[in-house]
Amino acid sequence: MSTQNLIYLFVGISFALYIGIAIWTRAGSTKEFYVAGGGVHPVVNGMATAADWMSAASFISMAGLIAFMGYDGSVYLMGWTGGYVVLALLLAPYLRKFGQFTVPDFIGTRYYSKVARTVAVICLIFISFTYIAGQMRGVGIVFSRFLDVSVELGVIIGMCIVFVYAVLGGMKGITYTQVAQYCVLIFAYMVPAFFISMLVTGNPIPQLGLGSTVNDGSGMYVLQKLDSSLQAMGFAEYTASSKSMIDVFCITAALMIGTAGLPHVIVRFFTVPKASDARRSAGWALIFIALLYTTAPAVAAFARLNFNDTVNQTAYSEAPGWFKNWEKNNLIAFQDKNGDGVMQVASGNAFAGSPEYTGETGPSGERLLANAPDETSTNEVYVDRDIMVLANPEIANLPGWVIALVAAGGLAAALSTAAGLLLVISTAVSHDLLKSTFKPDISEKGELLAARVAATCAIVVAGILGIYPPGWVAQVVAFAFGLAAASLFPAIFMGIFSKKMNKEGAIAGMVTGLVFTFCYIAYFKLLNPDANNAANWLFGISPEGIGVIGMILNFIVAIVVMKMTAPAPAEIGRLVESIRVPRGAGEARAH
Amino acid sequence: MSDETPDTSASAGAYWKKNIRLLITLMAIWFIVSFGFGILLRDFLDQFMLGGFPLGFWFAQQGSIYVFILLVFYYAWKVKKIEREYDLDD
Repeated sequence: MSTQNLIYLFVGISFALYIGIAIWTRAGSTKEFYVAGGGVHPVVNGMATAADWMSAASFISMAGLIAFMGYDGSVYLMGWTGGYVVLALLLAPYLRKFGQFTVPDFIGTRYYSKVARTVAVICLIFISFTYIAGQMRGVGIVFSRFLDVSVELGVIIGMCIVFVYAVLGGMKGITYTQVAQYCVLIFAYMVPAFFISMLVTGNPIPQLGLGSTVNDGSGMYVLQKLDSSLQAMGFAEYTASSKSMIDVFCITAALMIGTAGLPHVIVRFFTVPKASDARRSAGWALIFIALLYTTAPAVAAFARLNFNDTVNQTAYSEAPGWFKNWEKNNLIAFQDKNGDGVMQVASGNAFAGSPEYTGETGPSGERLLANAPDETSTNEVYVDRDIMVLANPEIANLPGWVIALVAAGGLAAALSTAAGLLLVISTAVSHDLLKSTFKPDISEKGELLAARVAATCAIVVAGILGIYPPGWVAQVVAFAFGLAAASLFPAIFMGIFSKKMNKEGAIAGMVTGLVFTFCYIAYFKLLNPDANNAANWLFGISPEGIGVIGMILNFIVAIVVMKMTAPAPAEIGRLVESIRVPRGAGEARAH
Repeated sequence: MSDETPDTSASAGAYWKKNIRLLITLMAIWFIVSFGFGILLRDFLDQFMLGGFPLGFWFAQQGSIYVFILLVFYYAWKVKKIEREYDLDD
């Protein structure tokens, strides 16, 4: 069977599986729709959390980013795993014990204020939409690269699939679909990684291969060889850092704290039976995530090494097959600046922006470019970072079914995250805005219907954002983490660990953190991108890391305002005491 | 929660103190392996090798993640023991 048919087959089977699970696990009550009935096994929830968490960006883009960032890529690895320690130790068990459905539920009740709840809803919706637009785009891109359909049609197909299982199944359907999606995506990630590791180092375990010697008889370690080959080509060493230490520190911290404050991740821990299950479940989630996150840096290094070896100083006519395949897909371009027909890879850009092909071919057979060459660099090769994962199976000469598997895995990663985000958005609308704020007398059936309508609207909006991505989508991923770290995390944290924190303090803190972080990122990313460099940054902290400062401001403002206003009422003190003790989580769900 | 014994609040207070102490210890380790070894002390640690890894680089891209997993499971186990001690487990 041809690779293309295999891809249709694999993707088709995986979609049928997701829809089958959704029909089988249809939600009948709001409790099933919001928290899957609250009876999910901790290991199952851990797996679902891992799929929820690992998005198209983790699956497709992260290894490629690390391959070109080297040590600096560590911010993603530590940031997106270390957050689970914060979550498991400081937030999840207490929120589970609290025992309601959503993050705004907690903030609204703990701070005895509809204003606090509404501020939390605003933060939540903003964070989730920023995140989801990228996911739908990811779905579209995978479709267009592997299935030969346009990005638009890809997004629409993805919307329909998510619609079926998120709207029908709610959290219950999503949970079990995500388990299936985790299995698909991790298998799809690991198989090519094993083979690449075997190919480069002779050791099939990528985590060990990264610390082994290269399989070419030179006796050099992988990282050593990578450092020396990059240096010879004029790049910085792979293990060296190009960012300042304070920036690396702040970005890592913002990603960690932001992870712990992301509503679609937190809400997963409301689905397990007990507070102690929430702790164990976070551990399982971290194991499932770590499997991919410790493999990614190995894939990154192998792919970069392989790229240097097979592409640099190779005549275009002898370029490997995958190089020309992905050139056809617009992800690679060769601009023969010196006209020798040989590809020179060096630091700097081959040309500015993304490739625009003229439709003609040059003397060596390469696709000619309309872009003006960047004469400040001798680099002749443009590579889209995503190649490093997408082309892996071809680089390792793996059979067609592995390529099909990667396509299904990329879709699983994007769809599972999109579904989790849609659910928190619809819950925020039907539960936090409608039921808890504007229409408290709504019936169970009415609320469930509202949740489904809200999920449908959210899918449509997300799809439109995916098809017509505002130019800033890629620029503002930092928003989601920075805002979560600066707004929601401190409010939840103080709600658990301080009995004294009152509503005035919490609201002032959230608003300060939100506004400060939003303005800083908006200024450098949207309003004045030319000024976006270390000389203009506050303390040398880039917009990606500024959420940490926002968080600190949130804490300071909250504490100062608290000292100046009326203390929290006595019953709030008792509520906090009951949250801190695990016993009784099962019963505390009355609503 | 009406079925709880009257001395609950005293034992809950003692439990909470122990829990906080445990949390501070574990969060300190969390900070040291990632921000400490992986970022602040990285240049110093990189002079040592772990197989083919400079040690600081290993902590930043591999080691810290393994320690994170251990921390979460250790906490789940240890805090459960403290809860049982005070008869507050779920």
